Amino acid sequence: MNPFSSGTRLRDMIRAVRACKTAAEERAVIRKECAAIRAAISENDQDYRHRNLAKLMFIHMLGYPTHFGQMECLKLIAAAGFPEKRIGYLGLMLLLDERQEVLMLVTNSLKQDLNHSNQYIVGLALCALGNICSAEMARDLAPEVERLLQFRDPNIRKKAALCSIRIIKKVPDLAENFLNAAASLLKEKHHGVLITGVQLCTDLCRVSEEALEYFRKKCTESMVKLLKEVVNSPYMPEYDIAGIADPFLHIRLLRFLRVLGQGDADASDLMNDILAQVATKTESNKNAGNAILYECVETIMSIEDNSGLRVLAINILGRFLSNRDNNIRYVALNMLMKAITVDGQAVQRHRVTILECVKDNDASIRKRALELVYLLVNDTNVMPLVKELIEYLEVSDQDFKGELTAKICSIVEKFSPEKIWYIDQMLKVLSEAGNFVKAEVWHALIVVISNASDLHGYTVRSLYRAFQTSSEQESLVQVAVWCIGEYGEMLVNNVGMLNIEDPITVTESDAVDIIEIAIKRHSSDLTTQAMCLIALLKLSCRFPSCSQRIQEIIVQLKGSLLLELQQRSIEFSSIIEKHQNIRSTLVERMPVLDEATYSGKRAGSLPATGPTSNAASLNLPNGVAKPSAAPLIDLLDLSSDDVPAPSSSGGDFLQDLLGVDLSQAASLSGTSQAPKSGTDVLLDLLSIGSPPAQSSTSTADILSPGQDNTSVSTLQRISSPSSLSAQGSSPAQAAPMMDLLDGFSSSLPVAGNGLTYPSIVAFESNSLRINFDFSKTPGNPQATLIQAKFSNSSPNVYTDFIFQAAVPKFLQLHLDPASGNTLPASGNGSITQSLRVTNNQHGKKPLVMRIRIAYKVNGKDTLEEGQINNFPRDL
Amino acid sequence: MGMADPNRQGKTRLAKYYVPLEDSEKHKVEYEVHRLVVNRDPKFTNFVEFRTHKIIYRRYAGLFFSLCVDITDNELAYLECIHLFVEILDHFFSNVCELDLVFNFHKVYLILDEFILAGELQETSKKAIIERMGELEKQDELENILLLQASHIFAMPRAEKAVFSASRFKGSLLGKKIQ
Repeated sequence: MNPFSSGTRLRDMIRAVRACKTAAEERAVIRKECAAIRAAISENDQDYRHRNLAKLMFIHMLGYPTHFGQMECLKLIAAAGFPEKRIGYLGLMLLLDERQEVLMLVTNSLKQDLNHSNQYIVGLALCALGNICSAEMARDLAPEVERLLQFRDPNIRKKAALCSIRIIKKVPDLAENFLNAAASLLKEKHHGVLITGVQLCTDLCRVSEEALEYFRKKCTESMVKLLKEVVNSPYMPEYDIAGIADPFLHIRLLRFLRVLGQGDADASDLMNDILAQVATKTESNKNAGNAILYECVETIMSIEDNSGLRVLAINILGRFLSNRDNNIRYVALNMLMKAITVDGQAVQRHRVTILECVKDNDASIRKRALELVYLLVNDTNVMPLVKELIEYLEVSDQDFKGELTAKICSIVEKFSPEKIWYIDQMLKVLSEAGNFVKAEVWHALIVVISNASDLHGYTVRSLYRAFQTSSEQESLVQVAVWCIGEYGEMLVNNVGMLNIEDPITVTESDAVDIIEIAIKRHSSDLTTQAMCLIALLKLSCRFPSCSQRIQEIIVQLKGSLLLELQQRSIEFSSIIEKHQNIRSTLVERMPVLDEATYSGKRAGSLPATGPTSNAASLNLPNGVAKPSAAPLIDLLDLSSDDVPAPSSSGGDFLQDLLGVDLSQAASLSGTSQAPKSGTDVLLDLLSIGSPPAQSSTSTADILSPGQDNTSVSTLQRISSPSSLSAQGSSPAQAAPMMDLLDGFSSSLPVAGNGLTYPSIVAFESNSLRINFDFSKTPGNPQATLIQAKFSNSSPNVYTDFIFQAAVPKFLQLHLDPASGNTLPASGNGSITQSLRVTNNQHGKKPLVMRIRIAYKVNGKDTLEEGQINNFPRDL
Repeated sequence: MGMADPNRQGKTRLAKYYVPLEDSEKHKVEYEVHRLVVNRDPKFTNFVEFRTHKIIYRRYAGLFFSLCVDITDNELAYLECIHLFVEILDHFFSNVCELDLVFNFHKVYLILDEFILAGELQETSKKAIIERMGELEKQDELENILLLQASHIFAMPRAEKAVFSASRFKGSLLGKKIQ
C-alpha cells in the first residue's frame, strides 16, 4: 500500500492548515496533502476516495487548484452508497460548473439516481441538478423531474419544483410540460412544497405567455384565497417569525399575484381586497413585517390602477422614509423611484426628506436618494434643489463627488431657466469639483458663454474671482483661461457690468498673471497648457503693454518636451515678433459657437425621425438670437465628415449644395428675381408654400375630385413612355402630373425604364406622415423623381406648411412647388410635392436626405425634422 | 445569486454559487464583496450595490453572511432569510460558532442545500430542516470520517492558535452563552 494513501483524517488536515503560521507553511501542508491525494487517485484507491474529495473541497475553498479531482466526483457519484454519493454530488457542485465538458459524463448517473429506490439519493440528485443543470441536461432529464413533482415525499416534490425552475430557465420551450404538475402543487398544504410551487408558477409565467394566461384564468382566485388563509392563519410555531406565520410564503404569494395582475384589470380587481388587508393589517415594527409591506407596495404599484390602494401604498412608503432604520429608508427610496411614474405629485411631497437622504453617511442610501432626486427635478423646483445639491457638494465625500457632480451638471443643463443661472451654477460646480467635471460638460459651458454676449464681461470676472480660490480644479482653470483669452479686455475694463456685480479692479498684468500661473502649474495637462498659449497670444494683441512679458512666457515653452507645445511656442513667438501687421486679425475673437451644431454633435447622430423641437439640450430662452442660417446648416450637415464651419450666412452652403438647381428653383417659385445672393434664394425656397403660377396648366384640372373617370383615361394616355418623356422635359408640368401618378401608382406600372420601386414611409411622427413614391426618367438612371405626399392625422389643421430637404454633396436636389400650404386635419386630404434627385454616385451610394417640416398649429409654430435613410437601394 | 460567508479577515468559510463562474472570478468576487462589506458602519444599511447586483449582508460575531441577489429582489426578505439560516445552523450545531463551520463545512453545505436550491428558497421551517438533517445523517454511516460532534470544538486545545482570537473561539454566532 502506498505510504501516502493512509493519509490523514479530514479534521486533522484542517487542523494542520489552521496551525500554519505563514502562507508558506500552509502551502507546504497543502502540497503534501495534494501529493497524497494524487497518488491515491492514480492507484484508484476506493476506501478513502470520498475522504480525499472532502479534503479537496476544503483545499479548493482555500483557493488552491483542484481540477485533478474532478473525475473523482464522477466516480463517487457512480458508487453505490449514500455517503459516497453525497460527497460526490457536493464535489460536483463545488468543483465543477455547468460549462465543463466533464459534466456531460454525469448525465447518465443523474438519470439513474433520479429513478433510485432510495428517496434520499433521489434528493441528492435533484439538488445537484438544480444547481448545475445545463441546457442539454435540462432536455435530457426534464421528464424525470416532471414525474418527481408528484412524488409521495414532500421533500422530493419541493426539490423537483425548484429543479424545474432551473430547467425552464435554461430551456423555456419545456415550460408547457410543467404547467399541470405546477398547478397541482398550488393545492398543497405543506408550506415547503407550496412556497416552491408558487415560485415555479411565477417563473413559468415569466418565460411563457401561455402559462401566464393559464394561471391567470385558473389560479388568481385560489391564490387570493390562499393568501387570505395565510394572512389570517393562527399562530404556527414552526413557521412563525416575529409573530407572522411564514413571511416568506406571504412574499412569494404577493409576487405571484403581481405577475398575474400586471396588465390585467380583472385579475387586479380580484386581489384588491386582500392587498388592502395586507397593507393595513401587517405589523410594521419588525423586519419581517416590513418585508411583507414592501412586497405588497410593489405589487400595488405594478398591478392595474386602483387609486385607493395606491394612496395606501404611497403612505406606507412615506412612513418607511421617516423610519429610523436605514434598511427601511433604503427600500423606501428604492420603491419611490418606481412610484414616481405612477404618482409624481405624491413623491414630490417627500422631496425635503429625500434631499436629506442624499447627505446620509451611508453610501447605499446616498446613491438611491441621488437617483431619486434626479427624477424629481422639474422646471419649478430646479433652483432650490440645485442650490442644496451644490451646497452639499462642498462637504461631500471625495468618492461621492464624481457621481454627484455628474448629476448636478446634467440637471443644470436640462432644466436651466436662464443663461446667467446656468453659468453661475456651472462655475460653482467647477470651483468645488472641477476635477470631476467631464470634458464635454465644460465644452458645453463654453458654447453657452460664447452665445451669451451680454454676459461675457460678467462671466470672465466671475471666473477670475473663482480662479483666485480654486486654482487646483483643472476644468475651472481651462474655462477661465479660455474666457480670459477671449474676453480679457472686458475683465480689465469692467465692460458689461451687471447690477448684481461688485466692481473689481484688474490690471492687464493681473490678467496675464492668471495665465502664467495656469501654464506653470505642475498639474496642468497638455490641453490646459495649449489653451494657455493661445490665450497668451490673444492677450498679447489686446494688451500691447504686456506684449513683451507675454512673449517671454511663451518663449519659455520652446524647451517643452511636448512637441505640440514646443511648435506652438515657436510659432507664436514669431508671430509676436515679426508679424505685427497680421496679428490683430489673426487673434480676433472667436465667432459665436453654434449651439445647435454643438449639441447635435454631442448627441452623436441626430435621431432619424420623430419631432425633435430643435433637439438642443442647451435650449435657453433668453439666449441671443441665433443667426437665421444656423438651423439650416444643421439641416444640411448630413455627414459629420464635412461639418460646415459655423458662419453667419448660410448662403454659400446652399449654393454649394443645391448647385445648378438654384436658378430653376427660383424661377419655379414664381419670382423673376435672379439669385443675387444665396440667402435670397433661401428665402425664396422657404416661400414655396404659395401656389405657383405656372402650375395652373390644363393638366391641373385633372386633379379636381369627381373627375376620376377622365383622369384615369388621361393618365393612361400620358403614362405611355413617349408622352411621359415629352412632358417630363418640362419641369413646370412635372408636378401636377406626378400628383396624378401618385394616386394610382399602385395599380399602374410606373413608366420609365421598366423598374418599379416600392413606396416608403419616409417620415412618421405623432400626427404627420410623409410617403415617398419613386419613378425614373428613361435613359437617365441617375435621376429619380420622388413624389412626396404629406398627411396629417391630428385633429388640427396645419397652416403655412413648408417642407425643406437637404442632401449631401454627391446628390443634387430640386424641389418643385407643393400643391398647397394648408394640410387638412384628420387625414382628410394631403399636400403633394415632387422632388427630383440626381445621384452622381449612382450605384455606389444610396440616397440620403435630411428634412425639416415647419407648420403652424392654431397659430403656433411647430418644427419637425428627421433624416431619411430608408430609400430603396439603387436609386 | 451566490452566498458567501467570509469572516472578518476575509477568509471564506462557505461560498455557494448558483450561476456559473470561473474559479478565478469566484475568488475575485469573494474578495471584492468582503472589501465592500467589512468596513461599513454597523448602523448603515445591510445592502450594498455590487456590479449589476446587490449584496445583502449581515454580521454575526466575526462572520459576515452575504447574499448576492438581483437588483429587483426584496432586500428585507433576504435579510430575514440570512437570519433564518443562521438560526438553523445554531440549532443544528447547538450554539454554533465559526469553528463549527470550518470543521464541518460539508455539513453546512448540506444544510444550505436543504434551505436554498437553484438560488430559490426551499424550506422555511427550521424544524423541517433539522429533522431532514437527522435523516440524512442516519443515511451517512461513515461517521468516523465525516461526522463530528459539536462538542469537539470546545475540547480543542487553545494552543491550536491561528488567525482567530481566543474570544472568537468561544463566541457563538448568535451571542448565546456556552454551556
